[in-house]
Amino acid sequence: MAEAIVSLRNVTKTFPGGVKAVDDVSFDIAQNEFFALLGPSGCGKTTLLRMISGLETPTSGQIVIGGEDMALTPPNKRPTNMVFQSYAVFPHMTVADNVAYGLKVTGVPAEETKRRVGEALEMVKLTHLAARKPDQMSGGQRQRVALARALVKRPKVLLLDEPLSALDAKLRDEMRLELTRLQENVGITFIIVTHDQDEALSMASRIAVMDKGAVQQIATPSELYEQPTSRFIADFIGKVNLINAKVVSSTAKKIVCDAKGLGKIELPHTGSPTGDIAIAIRPEKLKIAGSPPKAAKTIAAEGKVRDVAYYGDTSHVVVRCKDDLELAVNVQNDKRAGGSGVERGQKVWIHWAPEDTLVLTE
Amino acid sequence: MDSWRGNLRVFWTLFTPGTFWLLVFFLIPLAGLFQDSFSDKISITETAFTGTFANYVRAFDTVYLTIIWKSIWISAVATAFCLLLAYPIAFGICFAPARWKPLLLLLVILPFWINLLIRTYALIAVFRSQGYLNLVLGWIGLGPFEMLYNNGAVIMGLVYVYMPFMVLPLYATIERLDRSFLEASLDLGGSQVQTFFKVTLPLTMPGIITGIILVFIPCLGSFLTPDMLGGANAIMIGNVIERQFKAANDYPFGSALSFLLMYVTFGALALRAYFASRSKGVDV
Ligand SMILES: Nc1ncnc2c1ncn2[C@@H]1O[C@H](COP(=O)(O)OP(=O)(O)O)[C@@H](O)[C@H]1O
Ligand SMILES: [Mg+2]
Repeated sequence: MAEAIVSLRNVTKTFPGGVKAVDDVSFDIAQNEFFALLGPSGCGKTTLLRMISGLETPTSGQIVIGGEDMALTPPNKRPTNMVFQSYAVFPHMTVADNVAYGLKVTGVPAEETKRRVGEALEMVKLTHLAARKPDQMSGGQRQRVALARALVKRPKVLLLDEPLSALDAKLRDEMRLELTRLQENVGITFIIVTHDQDEALSMASRIAVMDKGAVQQIATPSELYEQPTSRFIADFIGKVNLINAKVVSSTAKKIVCDAKGLGKIELPHTGSPTGDIAIAIRPEKLKIAGSPPKAAKTIAAEGKVRDVAYYGDTSHVVVRCKDDLELAVNVQNDKRAGGSGVERGQKVWIHWAPEDTLVLTE
Repeated sequence: MDSWRGNLRVFWTLFTPGTFWLLVFFLIPLAGLFQDSFSDKISITETAFTGTFANYVRAFDTVYLTIIWKSIWISAVATAFCLLLAYPIAFGICFAPARWKPLLLLLVILPFWINLLIRTYALIAVFRSQGYLNLVLGWIGLGPFEMLYNNGAVIMGLVYVYMPFMVLPLYATIERLDRSFLEASLDLGGSQVQTFFKVTLPLTMPGIITGIILVFIPCLGSFLTPDMLGGANAIMIGNVIERQFKAANDYPFGSALSFLLMYVTFGALALRAYFASRSKGVDV
């Protein structure tokens, strides 16, 4: 990995009153990364971001930015800038004054301020609104002001707290693309907080998944989706069929386990787990057929279709198998006629390849 | 939502008491005074309406203009002190732990529950030349100081009496001020001082103006405080007016002075409306 721009070492935050919002978090963020902090609401993402910005002080642990320990550095002296969830665009200043604020207070010469404000407004396509007051602008426009105001400072790290949550769906998709493009253009490390897995998966180069104040896994989006390390992550990122199972025997490269509704199955897996585990399969990896599959190694289950939900490009089918095992299957509607090709109540066979199955011990 | 318009009986039932009150206890007496201000005094107790401007002309005598001017600046200084003291107090209450806030606010309004006269005598007991303050100062070899019966004592008394009127609107405004504006300023590189003057102060301006109006207007008309704490020359326009109605028994002149005072007040309110319409901060 490239040189770390932000290093968190055993960072913990306990609020007065005893809420442990961030619990012993350590990781590095590399120069130029688009890094996402992802987790359910209340898991401590904002608190962690605010500690990086200096607006919150860690109870213990160390935060290093650009090689310098930030313990004694107040927020106004840190090489970070924040786009607040509420945007916090100053209501008593015009757009241009808002963007110029951070330069004026730090004594940047007037000429340079003017030029840089112009450039920043151009970057977020707000040049024509420079003289407006924030109360005459839409949420999306105010967000761009907040973005320009932070970027004009040329921080080493830009912090964004749920930047898309207040926008409507269409604007959100636009802004998602624009943020990734912007990050490539300006070459600044972005740290974005979100509770929306789609947002994190589609924008970030790396994601830290948090739960109850602790980091559960840090990985690229595809690793996170295909190789989650715990039930929580498999369940939190995308849809998944989680099936309880018990290990029967294991060798260096494979295990045999007894899974609910499936009986004894053989799965490739290194490490030799014992006892209770979970196996996980993504709905799009499952196939539906009218008869038992022929290939020897395929895992298969017979069941009855309980639900078919049509989504245009795909259909989501729920099949009920033995032992009340319910499996969700995504079917590509790749023919114009016939939709998913199955109906409620129909008897079907579900099958998938053993290597598409995840073994989760946590 | 215009059912009350349709139901006239309900409308008049609700409308009448308030209107009656305003009319009988406010507008009619005020109209009487207004008429008095254009009247002549014809005997010790009687006045006759003549439409004369003599009372107003008399009010513009240098003696009274000086007193009006002095009342304005004493009130202005008292208001300024109130603002300087109340801002940190209001700020402190807003940023205090939530469970302390009700108690702190109670401490601010507690003096309201005690009669003004008693409070003023208590002030005198503390500050007079054989008072408690001089007693304490005496222990460390200072004083005694003469602290009462001058303009300074009047200002101190006014600040003491009207402080809550400044703290409460400031508190309401600062409490509603979104903290993320202050955090954004810090995050963008502003120091605490810059944040205060460029963000906090402009955004709490409506509360400041409301507080100034709420303190300045009653200060201007006060007569008890200057009467008790001021010396012979610390007299304010309120005292002059009071004397016209009581000792001098000159209703016409007292009324004219009262209306002049009211016009100054209207001017102050117009100024507030002007600033409120311009400012984009948190409104009260
Ligand atoms: N200033 C604070 N005082 C006390 N508790 C707080 C404070 N800020 C956040 N918390 C608590 O810390 C936890 C994490 O909050 P936060 O970081 O805002 O979560 P997220 O951004 O992931 O939704 C929550 O339980 C929240 O109630
Ligand atoms: Mg949050």
